[in-house]
Amino acid sequence: MARVASEAVAGKLAIAAGQPRTSLWQETGRRFRRHRLAMVGAVILLALVVAVLLGPLVWRVPINDIDFKAKLKGPSWSHPLGTDDLGQDLLARMLYGGRISLAVGIAAMLIAISIGTAIGAISGFAGGAVDHSLMRITDMFLALPGLPLLLLIVYLFRDSLRKTFGPELGIFILIVAVIGGLRWMQVARLVRAQFLSLREKEFVESARSLGARPFRQVVRHILPNSMGPVIVAGTIDVAAAIIAESTLSFLGLGFPPDIPTWGRILFDAKDNLDFAPHWAMFPGTAIFLTVLSINYIGDGLRDAFDPRKVLGK
Amino acid sequence: MGQQLLGARVLVEGVGAVWKYFLRRILILIPVLFGISAVLFTILVMAPGDPFEELATNPNVPPEVRMNLRAKFGLDDPLPVRYARWVAAMVRGDWGFSFVSRVNVDTLILQRLPTTLIVLGSAQLLAILIAVPIGTYSALRPYSIFDQIATTLAFIGFSLPTFFTGLLFILLLSIHLDWLPFIYRSDISATGWRWYWEHVRQAIMPVAVLGLAQAASMTRFMRASVLDVIRLDYVNTARAKGLSEGITLVKHVVRNALIPVVTLVAIQIPTIFGGAIVTEQIFRVPGIGSLLISSILANDTPVVMAVTFIFSILVLVSSLAADMLYAWLDPRISYR
Repeated sequence: MARVASEAVAGKLAIAAGQPRTSLWQETGRRFRRHRLAMVGAVILLALVVAVLLGPLVWRVPINDIDFKAKLKGPSWSHPLGTDDLGQDLLARMLYGGRISLAVGIAAMLIAISIGTAIGAISGFAGGAVDHSLMRITDMFLALPGLPLLLLIVYLFRDSLRKTFGPELGIFILIVAVIGGLRWMQVARLVRAQFLSLREKEFVESARSLGARPFRQVVRHILPNSMGPVIVAGTIDVAAAIIAESTLSFLGLGFPPDIPTWGRILFDAKDNLDFAPHWAMFPGTAIFLTVLSINYIGDGLRDAFDPRKVLGK
Repeated sequence: MGQQLLGARVLVEGVGAVWKYFLRRILILIPVLFGISAVLFTILVMAPGDPFEELATNPNVPPEVRMNLRAKFGLDDPLPVRYARWVAAMVRGDWGFSFVSRVNVDTLILQRLPTTLIVLGSAQLLAILIAVPIGTYSALRPYSIFDQIATTLAFIGFSLPTFFTGLLFILLLSIHLDWLPFIYRSDISATGWRWYWEHVRQAIMPVAVLGLAQAASMTRFMRASVLDVIRLDYVNTARAKGLSEGITLVKHVVRNALIPVVTLVAIQIPTIFGGAIVTEQIFRVPGIGSLLISSILANDTPVVMAVTFIFSILVLVSSLAADMLYAWLDPRISYR
């Protein structure tokens, strides 16, 4: 509400001063750009995304080109990030693996926020017994031990999914579905809290009194106004999903060896730390930089969406 | 005298309230435990693969024998019956027999559990010892150099995945400096003090990796929480009535600031156990986390199921502990 009010005030002031009116999203974007570290994070993340998307077009070394003469070499001109124990080029493998790591992160996030938003919206709008039972289920999911359960499901289902969808797609679907399916609870709680407060607000009440059906009230009025926290949680979820996938691969239970995700490269590298540290350092740093920049972006978005900050400035 | 009696009565009632609160928390946990066991059982039932699959392809075993075996183990019973039997077996500690180690699963787990609990417990202690003072000091001098360094380090710390920190520690402390062993051994041959020292030495890296990861997020929570508490009226009152700065800080600021921190840490408990699996695997700590990984790699289903179940129970027990800590920090909670 504070946001709406201050928006209105800011809008009037802007009109009075002869400036063009800015929308809520423009205002949020402006506040985000003021967060220096979030901007640095956004630039780094953008660079990483561009590198993994366009890199393989420029750096055309195949990811599985075995060359025993050049095995375990440190960075050089022919292999900028060095090679692994089979003499495969690490830069090419990292660029390829980065695509998968980022795709897993984004897909798992989308699943998590879809389930979370749906459950939170139903819970918050319906109220009563529906709300109560959905929240009990949410609490139960929060008490589930994430990683052991993830490992158990991958262990039990990977073979049949691999047979159905092929090794690469099968494990991708499994990992994305399970990570997303175990991370929606925070979003559900946030959306529910937003719905509980927003559905009593005057603008929703006026829509209701004008005869808007519940579906329209939710989709047109409540949902758009409750997206701020969801976007922040979704950002953090991308980082968490990337870590979860890397952890699985690092434990040797994620993607198969011929698909070099960053976690998988790290798994292969960990027994050669003493004579080929570069092999572990590059993928580890890539995961760390990605997660760090996403977390800083999330921090910046949190500040940008926080209505209290508007009143302060 | 009268006042003393009154004090004693309040104390007794207070203890009673805490017990009632404890019982209530346990009663809330029972349906959660059933829910979790239902999730585990559903996963197990939905999983493809039949324990007697190998017999089906074996031409020497007639189909009737296989059917009889299925009936004997109750695989054809209705689902609710199978679920009830499975829960009963889990609760009795009858977790089956490890295919690989050739011992009962409960023996195997009881051997490994203490190591996990010691490493995790020490890591939590380390995290508290780092996070509470640093978070508090940061909040007392917000935006000072100290605060900026601490906040940045905390942000970096919680963006660093435990598997990478573990490798960095091994690279630095074991390989470059050669200070610490990077493989955890349970068969140390030294005796007396030397034995203890070797055990401590090999536990340093796993505990540090887990503890620092936990400390990073805890420091952020602590800083935010102290910032909220420090400007409240009762802190001013405490100062105004002449309490020293130290006592005000410890008894009024930190204690109250810890309340939301406990809630936030309690939400993270499942993540903490996830980190434990990773660190045990990196440093080859013989705990239940590395047992889980090795039994998955060896297709040892009874052990995998039992360890997952144990992890669920550990998560619930720790959240119960967090609830009790919560009631101790904020006695009003047990009266609600």
